[in-house]
Amino acid sequence: MTKLERAAPILFGLLALGAWQAAVMLLHVPPYIVPGPAAIIVAFWADKAGLLEALLSTLTVTFTALFLSAILGMVLALAMAASRLARAVIQPWAVVLQVTPVVAIAPLIILWVNNPFFALVVCAVIVAFFPVLSNTATGLAATPPELVDLFKLNGAKRWQILFWLRLPAALPYFLAGLRIAGTLALVGAVVAEFVAGSGGFASGLAYRILEAGYRLEIPRMFAALTLLALAGIAIYATLGFLSAAILRRHGDV
Amino acid sequence: MVRLERVSRRFGDVTALDQIDLAVGQHEFVALLGPSGCGKSTLLRLLAGLDAPDLGQVSWAAGQAPAAGDIGYVFQDATLLPWASAAENVYLPLRLRGIDRQQSAPDVKRALARLGLQGFENAKPRALSGGMRMRVSIARALVSRPQLLLMDEPFAALDEFTRHRLQEDLRGLWREGASTIVFVTHSIYEAAFLASRILVMTPRPGRLAGEIKGDNSLSRTDPAYASLVSEITDMLHAVMPL
Ligand SMILES: Nc1ncnc2c1ncn2[C@@H]1O[C@H](COP(=O)(O)OP(=O)(O)OP(=O)(O)O)[C@@H](O)[C@H]1O
Ligand SMILES: [Mg+2]
Repeated sequence: MTKLERAAPILFGLLALGAWQAAVMLLHVPPYIVPGPAAIIVAFWADKAGLLEALLSTLTVTFTALFLSAILGMVLALAMAASRLARAVIQPWAVVLQVTPVVAIAPLIILWVNNPFFALVVCAVIVAFFPVLSNTATGLAATPPELVDLFKLNGAKRWQILFWLRLPAALPYFLAGLRIAGTLALVGAVVAEFVAGSGGFASGLAYRILEAGYRLEIPRMFAALTLLALAGIAIYATLGFLSAAILRRHGDV
Repeated sequence: MVRLERVSRRFGDVTALDQIDLAVGQHEFVALLGPSGCGKSTLLRLLAGLDAPDLGQVSWAAGQAPAAGDIGYVFQDATLLPWASAAENVYLPLRLRGIDRQQSAPDVKRALARLGLQGFENAKPRALSGGMRMRVSIARALVSRPQLLLMDEPFAALDEFTRHRLQEDLRGLWREGASTIVFVTHSIYEAAFLASRILVMTPRPGRLAGEIKGDNSLSRTDPAYASLVSEITDMLHAVMPL
């Protein structure tokens, strides 16, 4: 990447923000309809502690869900690779969970799971585990057949082929799935918070957005939205760096 | 040692091997020579037990059926574990048979050195050239001292210098060792230089067209080597008229 290519997204962002601020000021748009960036920053500053606390709450749900999704997706993929029966059982239900909109099942989950924190985590896991599962399963199946032959020629047991060959071969696929799962976990957490609304355990960013909406504090709403977007970008970028570093050590790139 | 009887193998409409009759005796060095796509790799896979014939059978002499690790296989591509170092890749066949890492370290080192890879023990495959990767995969096949060594065009990707050295080495290895070798190649010169017995295959569907007795003690400049080469060439042209 050249210097210009690296700076381009930031320059573009600043330019867009400037144009936005100018448009709001020149057209005299009231801040309760569309606030300018300056108003959003002011609103953020005014409720800094509350918003950051909300962000932390949402991120806690997100990372717990991401962690569980990684384990669940990996374990299910391994089970599917180890046994055709397991594959036949797991695959259709994984797809069912994937195609069911989480908004539609979140109320039920929130009703069933007593602990509000875990209710949110379960919703986020339902959204996030699928890319880990399907990517890892693809990777496990995509192992070069000659290597499988080599293992067989030397009398490898099935578990050795799975854990010494297929699993490490699937690592790049798993990491690619994890990266998608990271942003999906955030989306799942926020959707679940929205559904849960003020149902007693409201503390995440989504609740701040709802609350600000009710009170017509539109700049604060935008501030919360902005935090959410930044969190999403940060998660995506961090997982990207992480997986590149792991793959470099692993020897795949 | 092993015998193929009227062995055929089809893939859909493609007949890869058609009625192959072949017996490989102990301590032979057989070169399989034939045009691309005639079923040479398929034949090796049948010998290794990695694939089964549609018709006919593969049978082993009493007491000589291979156990795990008795067959060394060099694939057409290097097929190394990308996350493992050269030494770990060579150790793999021993590891799979439960042999201790410490105990096999000298064997691994020797196998790598034999292929001119000393100093690259800890290099990952991506840090090696194509030819070096191929040599690692040859070392991996040799490290377990297999009774039967199946090699699928192992030297095709190497430069002429390395190839000559490795051909010389392989001949030496065969002469001093107890291995039986079946060696697939496109090269008449290679077959003439290496093999004690040269089998020529027809274009698909692959059949055995003929057999020539080789002499793998000749040097490349020996007139007898030249006449062996021309004998093989004649047979190849008889099978595939220009
Ligand atoms: N797994 C497979 N599925 C379908 N067709 C196959 C398979 N393996 C081999 N074939 C077909 O069988 C024929 C012989 O293949 P094989 O790989 O044995 O040829 P080869 O003599 O080794 O060729 P080359 O010298 O190019 O490596 C080819 O036409 C190939 O397309
Ligand atoms: Mg081949």
